[in-house]
Amino acid sequence: MAEAKVLEKKEPTFAFGKNERKLLTDPLDDNNPITIQVLGICSALAVTTLIFPSIIMAVAVVFVCAFSSLFTSILRNHIPKQVRMIVQLVIVAFLVTVVELSLKALNYPVYKQLAVFIGLIITNCIVMGRLEAFASSNKPWRAFLDGVGNGLGYGIILIIVAFIRELFGKGTLLAGTPIEAKLIGPTAEYFINTTESTYFGWYANNNLMVLPAAAMFIIGVLIWIQRSRNPKLVDIS
Amino acid sequence: MHSNKYVLVFVFIMTTIVALVLSFMSIGLKGIHDENEAIFNKKAILSSIQSHLGENVKAADIPDQEVLDIFDNRMEQLVVDIKGNVIPQETVNASYKGGLAEHVDMKKEKKKDPADKMLPVFIYKKDNGEKFYIVSVRGSGLWDDIWGCIALKEDFKTVAGAAFDHQGETPGLGAEIKDNAGFAKQFSGKSLYNSNGDYTSVVVRKGGAVDKMTEVDGISGATVTCVGVSDMLYSGIQYYQSYFDKTKS
Repeated sequence: MAEAKVLEKKEPTFAFGKNERKLLTDPLDDNNPITIQVLGICSALAVTTLIFPSIIMAVAVVFVCAFSSLFTSILRNHIPKQVRMIVQLVIVAFLVTVVELSLKALNYPVYKQLAVFIGLIITNCIVMGRLEAFASSNKPWRAFLDGVGNGLGYGIILIIVAFIRELFGKGTLLAGTPIEAKLIGPTAEYFINTTESTYFGWYANNNLMVLPAAAMFIIGVLIWIQRSRNPKLVDIS
Repeated sequence: MHSNKYVLVFVFIMTTIVALVLSFMSIGLKGIHDENEAIFNKKAILSSIQSHLGENVKAADIPDQEVLDIFDNRMEQLVVDIKGNVIPQETVNASYKGGLAEHVDMKKEKKKDPADKMLPVFIYKKDNGEKFYIVSVRGSGLWDDIWGCIALKEDFKTVAGAAFDHQGETPGLGAEIKDNAGFAKQFSGKSLYNSNGDYTSVVVRKGGAVDKMTEVDGISGATVTCVGVSDMLYSGIQYYQSYFDKTKS
């Protein structure tokens, strides 16, 4: 009997097999938190006007999602069931505050730009959703991978939406970084100088793209494309 | 099911650990946070005279050390009252720790009576002896506060540059006062006085500037923000009038 128990536990803690890979790749496409589960829409609409803040936001969510899953999973047998949501919330809020304090020290201008939204990661449904659905009933390593996967799935949609919105809304790519590129439309100084322009000088920046409503349309179109191309997602009922 | 005692002990231990870690982190990083904030604010002040700092210089891209050097070596800081008298550093220190113009919180100053206001002035000296007087203004846009730094030439009539920021104006519309570099650039060279010599400040005109001397183009779709900018400039610069008169004479 004693031997059998030891054998059962022999499965290595950090195994990376087919199942583990699926935990990472599934949320990127077949089970994407934004386009399939439609979670975390609020921040996806709000922060995606520019690519650079979206990348920072994506990194922050991957970090929070992964480590809150890890901690919840480690504590899963000790967390009292009556107050599990509050305990999860404390873990998430702790990690978000860590992200906020670090960002404030590392890149103050981006912190200024994102301040409110970083705080709102606490209420991001993806984080809490994964803690309830996965981390509280799985082992730490698998829960960690699931957190990373879902954070990446969220991030990839964020960056796609931000790419489209920044290009057509402001005519730039990666504005606010050293490699900022002004691609289409008049230069940033079109207020005083309308003659000089980059490519497609006739293009006037589309103000709709700057507003959150545009993200709604873009996410809608992304869901449409994904559903029509992926046979697994076709509703057979 | 766990007992109530277990729940209480668990929650108590957990919140204590979290609180301890976060407070240590917050205290540990406070120095860096304050430094970053100070540099951020200094860059905002410099962006009003960025066209005079060199060709194609963007204040936001100047390295942090250089920003501090400019403030140490070329920038003179004063705090004045509405009568144009310089308020001594010790008096300012009582309200704002540090006592320099850069420490004055315009958000608090906006709520004060004009007679009690502390008005920050930054004087930038160029290599050729030319001086720029940078003043701070704060007003209201459509949704929340808007503020800016206006650089004036030594005649206290001509605007040398301007920079604006805002709390929560609409992206793509009111937020263009900050995001569109061209909007602030329009202010360069404008006069605060019209051809009759009356104080008009710089007016942001809906539908395009009529009097090219004192007016700039408004932003379509952001009328309320633009009116806010005009009002802010009119009253904000007027507070400094006695200081200008005293310095000129």
